[in-house]
Amino acid sequence: MTRAFVAIALFLAAPALADSNLPPAYWANRQLPDTRQEARAQALMEELRCLVCQGQSIADSDAELAGDMRDLVRRRIAAGERPAAIRAWLVDRYGSWVSYRPTAEPAAWPLWLLPLALLLAGAWLVRRRVKHGRRA
Amino acid sequence: MSRLRLIPIILLLWLVSTFAWRLIKPADPAVRSQLVERTLPPFTLAPIVAGKPGFTSTDLATGKPRLLNIFASWCLPCIGEAPVLEKLRQRGVEIDAIAVRDTPVAVQTFLNIHGDPYQRIGTDPQSAVQITLGSSGVPETFVVDGRGVIRHQYVGPLTEANIPGVIAQLEALK
Repeated sequence: MTRAFVAIALFLAAPALADSNLPPAYWANRQLPDTRQEARAQALMEELRCLVCQGQSIADSDAELAGDMRDLVRRRIAAGERPAAIRAWLVDRYGSWVSYRPTAEPAAWPLWLLPLALLLAGAWLVRRRVKHGRRA
Repeated sequence: MSRLRLIPIILLLWLVSTFAWRLIKPADPAVRSQLVERTLPPFTLAPIVAGKPGFTSTDLATGKPRLLNIFASWCLPCIGEAPVLEKLRQRGVEIDAIAVRDTPVAVQTFLNIHGDPYQRIGTDPQSAVQITLGSSGVPETFVVDGRGVIRHQYVGPLTEANIPGVIAQLEALK
């Protein structure tokens, strides 16, 4: 009896959704008619971080705020704004955090220097190997 | 040669201590607006419920510091925040609100149930003004001084514990 009741209760329960009262923005899930503009918008959206699910780009995220950001990006691209200007506008509001594209600021230096350091270490190892090989 | 053998052990220790550090002290996931200490960006918000006017960014420069609350009727933490805002209003704090992605009926119902501490409420149906302000969610509250400069941002709901701090901040800005 209890089991049946719990089963029915679970079946009838409404999910507690944290969704808003409005449908997605017009350009949230719609491509721009101009394919070149859409390609530019898509490339930018893949490099902008979703503010809600913070590991995804706004191109990948289903969050409503990400949808509104896609709408904003597509509208501005359609109005002729350059992607770099849109990115700069968002960085001005949320910090460089919002953009996935690495910058040249000091915090990113290890990112640029590490491949070089690893390459040098690899070259050094190879050189040692070659030398030892000759001796043997 | 023996010293070289220590390198993997050192790397391992470094890796483990990095993980331990972040497990003990997790990163703060809050995204903060870069507009604090800057003038409000221009925006215009239409009204959403009867009897409450909308407002523009310049309307907030009233010569007296005030709060700009970003909320939504569909936001659960906003329900918890409502009594705190009401207490602030009773102590003379002036609050305007931005209703994000909301409908007139839902906002009116929310105000009827949870109280209405707001002077003005503007509607932001596509989060455009929210993004313009560098806000990343609901609820958030900006402290705006008399000249329309953002002086502080609270990410997440204000609680009882925030009340003395908010009052002191607004007093200091007078």
